Amino acid sequence: MRRLLTAFVLLLPMIALASESGYPLDEMEPDLHDKASLQRGAKTYLNYCMGCHSLQYQRYIRTADDLGIPHDLMLEHLIFDPNVQIGDLMENSMSIESSKNWFGAAPPDLTLYSKLKGGPEYVYTYLRGFYEDPDRPFGVNNTVFENVGMPHVLVELQGLQRYVCKQVPKLTENGTKTRDRKTLQYVTEEKCGAELKEIGGSPLELVEGTGTLTPEEYDQVVYDLSNFLYYIAEPVRLERQRIGVYVLLFLAFFYVLTYLLGREYKKDFH
Amino acid sequence: MSSIQQSFKNFMNWVDQRLPVTETYEKHLSKYYAPKNFNFWYYFGVFAFVVLVNQLLTGIWLTMSYDPTGEGAFASIEYIMRDVQYGWMLRYMHSTGASAFFVVVYIHMFRGLMYGSYQKPRELIWLFGMLIYVALMAEGFFGYILPWGNMSFWGGQVIVSLVGAIPFVGEDLAVWVRGDFNMSGVTLNRFFALHVALVPLVLLVLVVLHILALHEVGSNNPDGVDIKKYPDKDGKPLDGIPFHPDYTIGHDLPGIVLFLFVFCAVMFFYPDGGGYLIEHANYEPADPLKTPDLIAPVWYYTPFYSMLRAATFPLFGLDAKFWGLVVMAGAIAIPFVLPWLDKSPVKSIRYKGWGSRIFLALFVIAFFVLGYLGTVHPTPTKTLIAQVCTGIYFAYFLFMPWYTRVEKTRPVPERVTLG
Repeated sequence: MRRLLTAFVLLLPMIALASESGYPLDEMEPDLHDKASLQRGAKTYLNYCMGCHSLQYQRYIRTADDLGIPHDLMLEHLIFDPNVQIGDLMENSMSIESSKNWFGAAPPDLTLYSKLKGGPEYVYTYLRGFYEDPDRPFGVNNTVFENVGMPHVLVELQGLQRYVCKQVPKLTENGTKTRDRKTLQYVTEEKCGAELKEIGGSPLELVEGTGTLTPEEYDQVVYDLSNFLYYIAEPVRLERQRIGVYVLLFLAFFYVLTYLLGREYKKDFH
Repeated sequence: MSSIQQSFKNFMNWVDQRLPVTETYEKHLSKYYAPKNFNFWYYFGVFAFVVLVNQLLTGIWLTMSYDPTGEGAFASIEYIMRDVQYGWMLRYMHSTGASAFFVVVYIHMFRGLMYGSYQKPRELIWLFGMLIYVALMAEGFFGYILPWGNMSFWGGQVIVSLVGAIPFVGEDLAVWVRGDFNMSGVTLNRFFALHVALVPLVLLVLVVLHILALHEVGSNNPDGVDIKKYPDKDGKPLDGIPFHPDYTIGHDLPGIVLFLFVFCAVMFFYPDGGGYLIEHANYEPADPLKTPDLIAPVWYYTPFYSMLRAATFPLFGLDAKFWGLVVMAGAIAIPFVLPWLDKSPVKSIRYKGWGSRIFLALFVIAFFVLGYLGTVHPTPTKTLIAQVCTGIYFAYFLFMPWYTRVEKTRPVPERVTLG
């Protein structure tokens, strides 16, 4: 065991070099009106993510109120630390020092992650992008975040994916298929990863029977989670848009008044 | 006359003998005559004033909940966004207001270029205006540091390190500016002080001087003719309209409401502006060990940032970074002497010749292209384009004494024309 730990510690500098790739992101349309989706997302987050990734800028009470979760249910089922009160910030107890030792980098706080990444698509694609890689300390790698230090926390739900390359028709610059000049057969070429993804293929294949959810169910779990992170990056978004509509309506009405008033004064101009 | 009116009159008499309130009101508002041919471009001065008031008021309230320390700044912004009642609205009003300020001021300056509003006798108005612009750039820069996000940190790092490019004393000067060997909480503290106290004070003084100088000589207009030449029998200009209440309510108020409509549409529905008003990378706390992929200033500085990067070769034994600084400082400094570069006998672009029109058009295009290039990674082609545009930018000013003198101008009407 000690030897394993030593090996693990020696591997750490490698993990810290993890970099982001230019992998194309999947479309994902968040829906803040779908309270059920946000509640499921919160549940998944608090069960699977919160241990490492805090949401330290938001309070439990705000999340509960915005998502329509009664305070007693929140305290009973979603807050696991008995010392935490409903008005507390959504922090966790993992120290930055030890998490750096375990994963090579401290797991970031995710309150603003959706804004940091310019939208919810990043997390949505990332959590569906883990694949088996025996060279990595936790046995998995990620298409979106190459050599990420994070283990595949949702593997029991999704199951294990394999990274595959596929033979695809070789295209000319005009986008038509190419034929071999002698045999007149279509020519194919091997594509992997981002290149395969860009032409609409899937570079990942699920190993049957390794997860408890079907691919559709898993996509829904990740959708809800991404939707929740989209919400928590700016909890006031819906309220802001609601008020905005009234403000614009008022200004439009007020413009008519000021225009008519101004017209009276403008008569002096000529 | 009712007794209330009588007592008000008595009261004003008492005050006026001690403080010239009525006289000032008449000089600057009710008997200040603005030309009656103002058009669309003449809204932006008053818009700038509206935004200034917005920035001052929202700024004061933001200060009440903001924590200017390296440890607490980032979290206090999210505290304002989540826990302070309507804090999010104050903050978005302030952040959208910052960009709106520059939109409005750039258009206001373009109006000045177009109609020759800097020409004699309005040189001081232009100079105060340019000082306001420079103060505004400083104010925007200091304000951008305050959220203490990663882009705040690295943007500040890049700009302060420019000081370090000055030969011999640069490095020591940079330490003096930062108050530390690297960007730190100390730097944040002093930039906060400058942002909320010194620069706003300077701005207000300059705005007062800008308006006093304007009211001394009177407003220019799209025809560039002097309305004071044709007064009526009471001495008021025939083509002039009292600023208040006629202009303020007849012209400005509906305009302000339209402006607020656009402003609120952005503020309530696109406060991040797709990453241009609030950059994505600023949604993580300052981290000295993690450089963002692309360090780009906010959009309103990007034309000058492009010019800074356009200097790519060393000269006279001084490195390229120093010359970049010189080019950028020159680009900000050269408009100051504009009133003395324009040798044209006419003011307005309406009556100037083709030389002025073509140079102004090229200048505007170059400014936009530079602005775009400042937001993206430089490539050899893009750097070449930036160098050409920098050349055009300076050519507009440096060739002005020549092209305004040789071009054929058109006859200027005696009185203002109404489109």
